[in-house]
Amino acid sequence: MVEFKPNHLVRVKREQMFAFTMLSLAAALTVLILLAIVFYVMAQGLSVISMEFLLEEPRKMGTEGGIFPAIVGTVYLVGLIILIAAPIGVGTSIYLNEYMPDGRFKSVLRFATELLAAIPSIIHGMFGFLFFVIALGDYTGGWSILSGALTGVVMILPIIIRASEEALRSVPSNLKEGSLALGTTRWYTIKKVVLPLALPGITTSVILAIGRVIGETAAFLLTIGGSLLMAASVFDGARTLALHLYLVAMETGNVQMAFGTGAVLIVLILIINFAAAALFKLLVKRFSA
Amino acid sequence: MIAPKEQDVKIAVEGLDFFYGQKQALHNITMDIRENEVFAFIGPSGCGKTTFLRVLNRMNDLIPYTSVKGSVRIDGQDIYDPNVDVVQLRKAVGTVFQKPNPFPISIFDNVAYGPKANGLKNKQQLMEIVEDSLRQAALWDEVKDRLNESALGLSGGQQQRLCIARVMAVKPEIILMDEPTSALDPVATFKVEELITELKKNYTVVIVTHNMEQAARVSDKTAFFLDGVVIEADETNNIFTNPKQKETEDYISGKFG
Repeated sequence: MVEFKPNHLVRVKREQMFAFTMLSLAAALTVLILLAIVFYVMAQGLSVISMEFLLEEPRKMGTEGGIFPAIVGTVYLVGLIILIAAPIGVGTSIYLNEYMPDGRFKSVLRFATELLAAIPSIIHGMFGFLFFVIALGDYTGGWSILSGALTGVVMILPIIIRASEEALRSVPSNLKEGSLALGTTRWYTIKKVVLPLALPGITTSVILAIGRVIGETAAFLLTIGGSLLMAASVFDGARTLALHLYLVAMETGNVQMAFGTGAVLIVLILIINFAAAALFKLLVKRFSA
Repeated sequence: MIAPKEQDVKIAVEGLDFFYGQKQALHNITMDIRENEVFAFIGPSGCGKTTFLRVLNRMNDLIPYTSVKGSVRIDGQDIYDPNVDVVQLRKAVGTVFQKPNPFPISIFDNVAYGPKANGLKNKQQLMEIVEDSLRQAALWDEVKDRLNESALGLSGGQQQRLCIARVMAVKPEIILMDEPTSALDPVATFKVEELITELKKNYTVVIVTHNMEQAARVSDKTAFFLDGVVIEADETNNIFTNPKQKETEDYISGKFG
C-alpha cells in the first residue's frame, strides 16, 4: 500500500473522534435543557394541582381557587381558531400548489406568507386590538373570545399554509400524472391521490398550529380581555392558560399558582405533541395501505 | 405480390414544433401513425422522443411555459383545438410511464380507478372490468387471490403490468408507452414485450424505447429522433437492415448513443 503521508490517518481519526464528541454533547445539552424545564415547572407546580385546582373558578385574582375558566377559555379559543383557520389555510395551500400557475404573483404571495409568519405576535395582538376589538367591536363584543380567535387566525394561517404546502409538495408527481393520464379531472386527482397522501402532513400542521395557539400570550393579551369569569359565549372575554399564568404571576406575584398553571400547560402541550405523532403514524398507515 | 392493405391513419402529425419556453425541442415533425400498429421511437437521450410522446395526449400541458405549433389529428380531430376536452382526450389516449406508478391502494382499486372516476359505481360491472383488464395485461392469474392487497406489494414487473391494466380499464384506443421496461429485469421485460405484441390487435401502440433490440422485436414501424428532428421513419425492418440516412446507420450500429 502507498503511504501518502505518515500519521495522516491517525490525525483524521482523532479529528473525527473530537467532532463526534462535540456533536453528542450538543445533542445531550438540548435534551438536558428540555428535561430541566419540565422537571422544574412540574416540581414547583404539582403541589398546587388538585381536582379543586382543575375544576373550580379562581378567587382573589387567581391566588386561590382553580383555573377551570382558563381551561374552558383555551378550549373555546383553540376550537374556534382551528374551525376558521384550517379550511382557509388548507384551501389556500391547495390552490397555491395545485391550481395557481407559476409566476410573479405566486412568488409575491409566497413571500407575503413568509413575512406574515415572521411578524412578532405582539404586533398581531396590536393589530387585533385596533381592528377586531375597537373597529369591529360592535360585532365581536370588544375584548372577547371572538376577537382573540380572529387575531389567532391571522397569526397561524401562514403556519398552516406553509406546512400544508410542504405536505402537498411531497406527493410524488408521477402519481399525479398517472391519475391525470387516465382521463381524470384535476379536482378528482386532488381528492383521490393528492389529499390522501398529504393528509398526515396537513393534520400535523394543524396540530402544531394548535400548540402554537395554546402557548401564545402576547397576541391574546390585547384582544381576549383576560376575564376571570366563565365565558358564556364567544362574545365574552376570557383567559387562556398561558395568559392566566402571565397575569397571576405579574399582577399578584403568586408564583406557586402560576407554576401550577404552567404545569397544566406543559402537560397539555406534551399530550398534543404525542397525539400529533400518533395520529401522523396512524394516517400514514391508513393511506399508504 | 399484393401489398397488405394499410390500416387507416389514427394519428396524423403535421409540421409540429414544440417549445420549452424559448427553447425549441421538436422541429417540424410530420408523421402518420396507423391503427393497430406498434410504432417505436428510438434515439439518444434528450432527442425529444418522450417530449413528442407527451404531445400526443397533451401531458405537456402540465409543464408551465410550453407551447406547440403545427397540428396533431387523432381520427381527424385536431387535439390542440380549444374545444377539445383534455380529460376526454386522455381517456382515449392512455399512458404507461417509464417508472411503474401504481397508486398506494389495493390492486383492485388501482384498476377500478379510471372507471370509478367516470362515475361507474356498480360492483358487478367494476369487477368485470377489473378482471378483463387484468387478463388483458396477463396479470390476472398472479393476482386474482389478492386483489384487495396493496399494489405496492407487487414486484416491479407486476406493477408495470398493473399500470397497463389500469390504462386498459378506461378503454382507450391508443396506448402510449414511455420506456415501459427500462426499470424492469429481463424476465419482466419479456412479459411486457409479449403483451405489447398482443395489444396491437385492439389498440394503436406508440412506444418510446432506449433499447434498439426491443424496437426491432415489438414494432412495425420505427422513427429515429435526433436533436428534436425525425431523421428517418419507416418500416422497422427497413430502419434496422437498410437505413437511408447516415445518422440512423451510425446510431443503429452503435457509433454513438
